[in-house]
Amino acid sequence: MIVQVKLFATLRRQYPKLGIGEAMPVELEKGTAIGQLIMHLKLPSDEVKIVFVNGIVRDRGHTLEDGDEVGVFPSVGGG
Amino acid sequence: MSKILRVNMDERTAAYEDGPEGYKLLAGRGLTSTMIHDEVDPTCHPLGPNNKLVFAPGIVTGTSAPSSGRVSVGAKSPLTGGIKESNAGSSWPQHVARLGLKAIVVEGQADGWWGVHVTKDGVEFFAADEYAGKSLYEIFPGLFERFGRKVGIAAIGVAGEHKMSMAGICFNDIDNRPSRYSGRGGLGAVMGSKGLKFIVVDGAGGPGVEIANKELFDKGRKKLADSMRSHDLTKPGGALNSYGTAVLVNIINEAGALPTRNFREGRFEGAAKISGEAMAEFCETRGGVGMMGHACHPGCIMKCSNVIPNPDGTEMASCIEYETTWALGANCGIDDLDVIGKLTQMCNDIGIDTIEAGDVIAVAMDAGLADFGDGEKAIEMLEAVRDGTPLGHILGQGTGFTAKAFGVVRSPDVKGQGMPAYEPRAIKGIGITYAISTMGADHTSGYTIAPEIAGVGGKVDQFDTDKAALVRAFQYTTAFIDTSGHCLFIAFPILDIASGFEGLVEECSGVLGVEWTGDDVTRIGKEILDKEIAFNRAAGLTPADDRIPEFMKYEKLPPHDVVWDVPDETLDAVFGEA
Repeated sequence: MIVQVKLFATLRRQYPKLGIGEAMPVELEKGTAIGQLIMHLKLPSDEVKIVFVNGIVRDRGHTLEDGDEVGVFPSVGGG
Repeated sequence: MSKILRVNMDERTAAYEDGPEGYKLLAGRGLTSTMIHDEVDPTCHPLGPNNKLVFAPGIVTGTSAPSSGRVSVGAKSPLTGGIKESNAGSSWPQHVARLGLKAIVVEGQADGWWGVHVTKDGVEFFAADEYAGKSLYEIFPGLFERFGRKVGIAAIGVAGEHKMSMAGICFNDIDNRPSRYSGRGGLGAVMGSKGLKFIVVDGAGGPGVEIANKELFDKGRKKLADSMRSHDLTKPGGALNSYGTAVLVNIINEAGALPTRNFREGRFEGAAKISGEAMAEFCETRGGVGMMGHACHPGCIMKCSNVIPNPDGTEMASCIEYETTWALGANCGIDDLDVIGKLTQMCNDIGIDTIEAGDVIAVAMDAGLADFGDGEKAIEMLEAVRDGTPLGHILGQGTGFTAKAFGVVRSPDVKGQGMPAYEPRAIKGIGITYAISTMGADHTSGYTIAPEIAGVGGKVDQFDTDKAALVRAFQYTTAFIDTSGHCLFIAFPILDIASGFEGLVEECSGVLGVEWTGDDVTRIGKEILDKEIAFNRAAGLTPADDRIPEFMKYEKLPPHDVVWDVPDETLDAVFGEA
């Protein structure tokens, strides 16, 4: 299956060629969870703070589905 | 003991006083709200002779405490008709504190335009008519030339002279730009109504801030600074330092809560282009004077401000905050950061609040005065505000007023004040906060976005409506932070790191010579809110004013198709008035 992954803020440093807000298609085995996606992408695990799947916050055990849109954020705030 | 300085504009005289014993432990918002509560008739006209304008640095402002160059400005607000505390970061309050002053209170009304120059030797009035009607960027360099490079300046722009309800009070940044604002609530109009253009303050040679227990203060200061340096959000190289507050654009957009085209939608297709990441890219690729990690006042650890460059590397705007890029960007359907920068610079130059400005432009666009996304028309609207045309005077009165003038039902305001950059329908706690805040729609009175979106201080579901207790806790704690003189963003580390919170309490206790605990933080916060609520009730605001606009109950907000569904009982339960 393929999910569309967007990385934001400091996490973009891992994939510097990815445009801001640009989705990266990632091919995964069916049944892959968010935690496994983070490992697959070699993202610094302790830096990943919030993950949205289709606009809803999900935890690391959440199983992804084909076509999901995943937004991955480090600790962000302000306002 | 620190003094209160009273500036009388009727007579153009100044007097120092000790203030009542009960004010001894008060500073910042605690002092401004107490003085407005005690001294201002709640039924007075905000622009009449009986309103007062109170400037107060916080408890630790002017010391070496980290990120503590904050000022509270209080008055009865012409925008909301209630009490107002509007907060800014600048060296200005550090100068005030170093002169041994706990507050500057402006009373009465003068004819013509005046400035005051406050030094260790006293107060001098100077005629300021020559500066009236001019842009702040035009006159600031001359003022620093005249009074010295190292002074602090509080000023109003032409919008304050026009007595517009979205006029802010401007303070200098570290490079002496007129760019740090107590923007919200129309306090610039109150200053204008008094005939006061500037308060120039020079802290040189002042006695400094008395610290009763230096050991305790130092212990607390270190604990707080360590927490700020270690928290992912506030540490050097962290998200705030690298991308500024606009690092929020993408996550709020992802959450479906970025108000778009006058609160019609919760997601903006151009969000990435106006985000903090895009600003950082501008600084990197355009170079020149551009920089992220700029500080609004000396002694800040987080440095979340910025200078955004033009394509040729010259200065376009400083600072573009999250609220600003949202208000003048997504909310107006504008996805061009260069246009947003131009609009930001105009707001700073004219002397208006960028949030209110973006809200009124969006309401005007909704009314058909321009198409959403039309940057040129947005610029023309701000020119009308600047020039004081009849249209400019309508827009200048703020969101609720503008919506009424043009028959727009979709008016995103509470108590007349325009909403900031978070959709109440999609993030319920911040919606409750907008509704019940003594300040009108205000996110800084209780930043529940921390747990609702950022996962700071725990993580709660953004759609959960049962948040009266959460909102109450944030209201009380925030009132204390606004009293301490710290930037509100210390909330991020102290919510997650217990020793940081202890540090805050210890450094305040160290300055004042008391032994406060965490319980005192809540107690003091509640005392402040109780006074603010009492003032608002006496001014004629009722629980019926503590409500979210009706359209949000029946217009579904995409992408989550949610409506405002928090029961009124929950709103009234926040401060126990049910």
